[in-house]
Amino acid sequence: MSAPTASAPTASTATGRRRAGMVRRPVLYTVASLGLLVMAAPFVWMALSAFKTKRDLTASPPVWIPSRWTLGSFHELFAQLDLPRYFVNSLVVAVLVTVCNLLFCSMLGYALAKLDFAGRSKVFGVVLAALMVPGNLLILPLYVLMSGLDLIDTYAGLVLPFAASAFGVFLMRQFMQSVPDELIEAARIDGAGEWYIFFRIVLPLVRPALATLTIFTFLGSWNNFVWPLIATNDPGKYTLPVALATFANDPNRTVVGGNGMLMAGSLLVVLPVLVVFAVLQRHFTQGIATAGLK
Amino acid sequence: MSLVTGSTGGGTAVSKSRRADSAKLPAAGPPRRDRRRSLGRRNLHGWLFSTPFLVLFGVFMLFPIVATLWMSFTEFGVRNVRQPLSARFVGLDNYAKLFGDDTFRTALFNTAYFVIVGVPLTIALGLLVALLLNNGIDRARTFFRVGFYAPVVTSIVAVAVVWRFVLDPSDGLVAGLAAEAGTKAPDLLGSETWAMPSLILLAVWRNLGTVMVLFIAGLQAIPAEVREAARLDGAGGWQELRRITLPLLRPTMLYATVITTIGYLNVFEEPFVMTQGGPSDATLTVSLDMYRQGFNFFHMGYASAMAYVLFVVITGITALQLRLLKDNTR
Repeated sequence: MSAPTASAPTASTATGRRRAGMVRRPVLYTVASLGLLVMAAPFVWMALSAFKTKRDLTASPPVWIPSRWTLGSFHELFAQLDLPRYFVNSLVVAVLVTVCNLLFCSMLGYALAKLDFAGRSKVFGVVLAALMVPGNLLILPLYVLMSGLDLIDTYAGLVLPFAASAFGVFLMRQFMQSVPDELIEAARIDGAGEWYIFFRIVLPLVRPALATLTIFTFLGSWNNFVWPLIATNDPGKYTLPVALATFANDPNRTVVGGNGMLMAGSLLVVLPVLVVFAVLQRHFTQGIATAGLK
Repeated sequence: MSLVTGSTGGGTAVSKSRRADSAKLPAAGPPRRDRRRSLGRRNLHGWLFSTPFLVLFGVFMLFPIVATLWMSFTEFGVRNVRQPLSARFVGLDNYAKLFGDDTFRTALFNTAYFVIVGVPLTIALGLLVALLLNNGIDRARTFFRVGFYAPVVTSIVAVAVVWRFVLDPSDGLVAGLAAEAGTKAPDLLGSETWAMPSLILLAVWRNLGTVMVLFIAGLQAIPAEVREAARLDGAGGWQELRRITLPLLRPTMLYATVITTIGYLNVFEEPFVMTQGGPSDATLTVSLDMYRQGFNFFHMGYASAMAYVLFVVITGITALQLRLLKDNTR
């Protein structure tokens, strides 16, 4: 795996370098492809195993390609788990969290980037501090608080603690800074109010940032595990990861070939995300890079 | 609503711009009252736009941070969930108990193991992949990048369930491959020795993509002229990497190390799904121990003390890393 770093010492002249590059290239592609294969192997194994018969699932040596493709594991899984309900729960929570973040994070991002108000640097300090706070520090009293408010087993209880993320504010602030001041100033001269400027001028200009924030927030919520695990007792309110983990850890469920059901379940949780990611991958890498570099 | 405030705000916008103009000509200042009013409006809007975040922050972050600290000084139990204020104050008892708690010590050790082995591995492999994709791969670069990043976007729970099956001693992929090779793979997740390395492997596999993307962005921010100059001065590939690329990547390295370390110190899902902390607490992490104490046994005061110890450790290590990795560049 040290191929990219160890280039031949003879490659000091231009021709030597070019020649070395021609030798190196197939090697590099081979190494990268092998790496990719290792990265993909668990996913491939999951996807194929979801369609295997019980016989294939327990075969030794393992079979990669099902000898007979079957939806048996899916049928079994749906008979035991109310997946559509968990899917809806996850979806509702993720959509609500995303809408809240889009609004609240861009509001504060705008204020921090473009409104020169007394106390602005203090508010920004709060945002930076909030970025550092680990969730573990919050969950115990949050549970007590939510119990007191009777919000355990409700969508509100799942959404509210994640309704405005410091990361989102930070991201939006970075992007909003690139909106030209002259544009906002001109709108003010024309008599536009701050809300009008925010909704009609600034937000349309930072649409790529909103897309990035949407993806990150939605996925974060879709994959979120610890808080939904704690904030739901009623299985009817489980989100997909909670339902899957509970199902996987159920000591009463040691069926032969039960791994087929688990792979089918994992596939259903992972596949939508992977598809969305493959389509929108540009926004991901941009968002991370922006948050990391600035 | 935006329309109403929009029309009333119009007047101030004009006066504000007038103020901005006059600021350049101090002699012709506007009437004092007007200036104060526009300043007030500006502050008002700044705070209005900040309100939703600040309210949510106050209720769901600031309050819990303080409440955790208070709870850690009490005997907060299951009956206090409904009557929080009646929790008995016990001072530093929870913390004292914590340091005599063998299980917690094991959890601390396991978490340290996870971080000390996992973070360097993740950073090194992430850097390696980034260098590979940035220097050698020009065709299908996006394809490779998407592939290496894909595990990051997937649910840890789903991924842990899949890995548990991959490592399953009877039907799993690893066991099967070992059988094919004529040997017998150990029951990785059932062995006190191999359970933790298996979890680390999963974590590296899942988080490598984040580090890779950070490093690729860092690499692309290095000006081509700098590399060109190094080459003209006769630097080989290795020298260029050691003397040019790595030093210039330092800020990225710092950020990647800090966020990976924080994430790994909080490790929870992997042991929760794959091993439930076993075998015999070999994969019990601080977060998992805290979860059990808090939500299985409802020793919430005790669990709060754990949360604070972990928080102090995280803050300390982050500060240390910031200092160690930053000062060398100056």
